[in-house]
Amino acid sequence: MHPAPSVIFFTAFSGLGFGLLAWLGIGLPPVSGVTAFVFYVLAYGMAVGGLLSSVFHLGNKKNAVKAFSQWRSSWLSREGIMAVVTLLTMAPYAFEQVFLDSGALKMLGLLGAVLAMVTVFTTSMIYTQLKTVPRWNTPLTPILFVLFSLAGGGLFAGQVRAAAALLVALGVIQVIAWMQGDAKGATGASTLETATGLGRIGKTRLLEPPHSGQNYLLKEMAYTVGRKHAMKLRAVALICAVVLPVVLILALPAGHVLAVPLIALHIIGLLAARWLFFAEAAHVVRLYYGK
Amino acid sequence: MTTLPASTEKKLGLAIDLDTCVGCHACVVNCKEWNTSNYGVPLSDEDAYGAEPHGSFLNRVHTFEAQPASGCSQTIHFPKSCLHCEDAPCVTVCPTGASYKRSEDGIVLVNENDCMGCGLCAWACPYGARELDALAGVMKKCTLCVDRIYNENIPEEDRVPACVRTCPAGARHFGDFSDPNSNVSKLVAERGGIDLMPEMGTKPVNKYLPPRPKDVPSDEQLNGQNTEPKGFLAWLDKALEAI
Repeated sequence: MHPAPSVIFFTAFSGLGFGLLAWLGIGLPPVSGVTAFVFYVLAYGMAVGGLLSSVFHLGNKKNAVKAFSQWRSSWLSREGIMAVVTLLTMAPYAFEQVFLDSGALKMLGLLGAVLAMVTVFTTSMIYTQLKTVPRWNTPLTPILFVLFSLAGGGLFAGQVRAAAALLVALGVIQVIAWMQGDAKGATGASTLETATGLGRIGKTRLLEPPHSGQNYLLKEMAYTVGRKHAMKLRAVALICAVVLPVVLILALPAGHVLAVPLIALHIIGLLAARWLFFAEAAHVVRLYYGK
Repeated sequence: MTTLPASTEKKLGLAIDLDTCVGCHACVVNCKEWNTSNYGVPLSDEDAYGAEPHGSFLNRVHTFEAQPASGCSQTIHFPKSCLHCEDAPCVTVCPTGASYKRSEDGIVLVNENDCMGCGLCAWACPYGARELDALAGVMKKCTLCVDRIYNENIPEEDRVPACVRTCPAGARHFGDFSDPNSNVSKLVAERGGIDLMPEMGTKPVNKYLPPRPKDVPSDEQLNGQNTEPKGFLAWLDKALEAI
């Protein structure tokens, strides 16, 4: 699949933003006043920035607001609604922490934290639901998205011990997901023989493509650039997102100075993992093009 | 609404005969011609006269080669357009309500006034039946020529999809698959029509009629005839032998 920068940025940063919101919602760290303000600007900035960047890959942006209408059937619609509901739920809680700090809205914070994770889950389901992309069509996809969100959010929230535990779980699930995806094969149970029904005659191959040039399908769904570096990028993703942050957390005393390299490393790893999530995923339509 | 209708009154679609298709791409051209000037925005082309032309099409013809266990390979021309699936995943993923399946005839359509061009429906389709138009930024797909089949302003023989009307080989058949006595239902029963990628669970309405089995060449020879010369030729034969 074409790894569009806007979608990589959207899933990565909105995940981090909602992850941080979830930690703030359960009161970790307990913040108030200016500190709370800075945390919420960061969390809302990433969540809203990510959502806005997802609008950039739309072909017809003026209809984006209609995406809130089809929650009955569409995970993308549910994602949009849950994002807005979460941001609105957390707003009074954030306001209360920044300006009043009475602790009166704790329950609202807890609700906001749950909603934030539901939002990340709905984001992941946009990809998980697609039977056409076997590598995404697994329960591991939502688990990965939620773990990336909670662990990354935990690093932002300074909850390094909890984040380290989540990162270890993330690393394990990520490796299992890669192995499972490799084992499925690019197009899973589908082959050119099932795609054309010509398997009843015998082994089938593409003799002539339907067009000599490019088209939307090839550009969007038969993306193959970058596969040769996949193993290196997997190592970069795992080392930067998981291994180095965990080692740093265990080896060094916690503090604001440690937060910067931790978060920077994790984001590099997250972006590499998310790029691979798209670039390595293969769509079954490639079969019709002999790929 | 992007939930699917529980059932549709009719199941309009195509039966495509892989035995008959000659791969001339006339259906591709006529589809483009009709659909660029009728329902919805035009099917744009980019760099049409340049080195790398590309554009939106609703119907494309692939050519495959199938190799049986023994004997010659078979070349199969393979037209592919929207299969108007009963369980259309492209419809349910649509966040804006632009994609829908009509309860009256089962045609899957895009309301371009609602489409935001996210492309998720094209990702959900296993068959590559949807293409995002690069200029208009909205999703284009086969409409089963909904603006022809009910159109009383054109002669009756033209009230079929453009691809069907133009096919010089008669490889594309249009009809109602919910009626067991329709032309397409009979063809499917007779020829063992098949679904593409049944493992995807999309329940396509369009069916493909597989190529008929090829004749196996026989080793038998014709009986020898006229092996003995007669009359003048017999005399000539004898005379020449004698020399």
